Amino acid sequence: MEHKELIPNLFRTEYQKIVSVLCSLFGIQHIEIAEDIVSDTFLTASETWAIKGIPENPSAWLYTVAKNKTKNYLKRNNVFETKIVTEIKHNTPLNNPEIDLDLSDQNIADSQLAMIFTVCNPCNSEEAQIALALNLLCGFGINEISDAFLSNKEVIYKRINRAKEKLKEENIKIQHPNNAEIKDRIQTVLKTIYLLYSEGYYSISQNTTLRKDLCTEAMRLTYLLIQNESTNLPQTNALMALMCFHSSRFDARTGLNGEIILYEDQDQSLWNQELIDKGTYFLSQSSTGNTLSKYHLEAGIAYWHTIKKETTEKWENILELYNNLIILEYSPIVALNRTYALSKVKGKTEAIKEAEKLNLTDNHFYYSLLGNLYSEVDVKKALEHFEKARDLAKTIADKNIISKNIEQLKWKTI
Amino acid sequence: MNEFLLIFRRDFKTKETQPSPEELQQHLQQWQNWFGSLAAQDKLARPLQRWDGQGKLVKSNKGITDGPFVEIKESIGGLIIIKAKDYDEAAEIAQGCPVLNFGGNVEIRMAV
Repeated sequence: MEHKELIPNLFRTEYQKIVSVLCSLFGIQHIEIAEDIVSDTFLTASETWAIKGIPENPSAWLYTVAKNKTKNYLKRNNVFETKIVTEIKHNTPLNNPEIDLDLSDQNIADSQLAMIFTVCNPCNSEEAQIALALNLLCGFGINEISDAFLSNKEVIYKRINRAKEKLKEENIKIQHPNNAEIKDRIQTVLKTIYLLYSEGYYSISQNTTLRKDLCTEAMRLTYLLIQNESTNLPQTNALMALMCFHSSRFDARTGLNGEIILYEDQDQSLWNQELIDKGTYFLSQSSTGNTLSKYHLEAGIAYWHTIKKETTEKWENILELYNNLIILEYSPIVALNRTYALSKVKGKTEAIKEAEKLNLTDNHFYYSLLGNLYSEVDVKKALEHFEKARDLAKTIADKNIISKNIEQLKWKTI
Repeated sequence: MNEFLLIFRRDFKTKETQPSPEELQQHLQQWQNWFGSLAAQDKLARPLQRWDGQGKLVKSNKGITDGPFVEIKESIGGLIIIKAKDYDEAAEIAQGCPVLNFGGNVEIRMAV
């Protein structure tokens, strides 16, 4: 009953905690030993708990078993003894030959932070960083990761292993980053978490529970950074605000059959007010200092979207934020969204002129936008654009939405 | 694709031609939308850079004066570097520049 739910969830949260602590202790070269010890711990847990029932404090139980397994491993394994123990002694201030696995909250938090910076090391591609983050920082198995990426297991398995090998080759140290390192590398870390979140939020995978889990994990990692003084930066808070605002609409944006429900058609009562409030809190926390990151701008845009009432003020603010965002960093999607905001402020005719200058002729969103803008101006043209959009759309879900637009438009002309 | 330097100049001194605070607010919005539009077309060749409104001028006698300058009627308001196919396209882009609404002008140079 409960058992089935408990183990995977516990596995996920505790796996990455214990792995982080063990990896910090052993160093990157022995990451597999750390993973083996943890996997073995969970195997013991599921076997024992199946017979004796779940202990009162499952986490504490797991920590004790993990500690014992680590000690046993160190005692038994001679190779390990000679090869690594020197390194461990080097890493720990204790001269105690008996190694004690420190699974206190503080050490778990420190180790996790160190691991985040290790996993998000730019020596690996962004794609590899995300897969590795899901595996080591979030405790996702190969099956789940390949499901999220809609990729086959073999590919994901290889990607993760290559990423681990790369970290070893480069001899990346798993250690608490100092302030200069944080300043240098926080961008990469935040970007990986942002991509991890987007993977969950925009993934074409039909598995909604899994996608939600990805988003939750990205938020958990960001929260970890916020709880640590040295990484609690304005942009970290801005990223958190952005994710809270987006997540507040998670339940409203998919229908019963998994179809996408567009913003305008969403049932506002399904928006999660608690997350909107949290987002507002983190957004206010982010407005210190003088860096205006893209997360600030995106969080600002997402904030205005939590207000459903259409006002001039709303769209003027959104347009201003999109202007700043596109000036900061070009992306076709931002260019299209900016033009949509422009249509709300300056009207469709002006927006059509601007949209046509974008010339993103391989992008189905481009034709959808033109179709939308032309709908009240020139129905024939609108239909032509929507049909091009449907031809270019890659997923069934996208094609369905466009078909719905075409149907509605055809009704209008009758 | 070529790169073009666009230099915006206007008269910052003659009192009668200066914008009112409301006009200035509107003016800022026009600039922002214009930059946003260029960025959306991926026409910006370099990140935007802000410049102060003060400035200094070094003359042929090596004398240095603080801006705004009595000697020059039109001062530089700003400059950007854009991507465009040729002078025709660059000039067409410059025609949308908000500085023109305040009697200013845009000088264009192609990077060679």
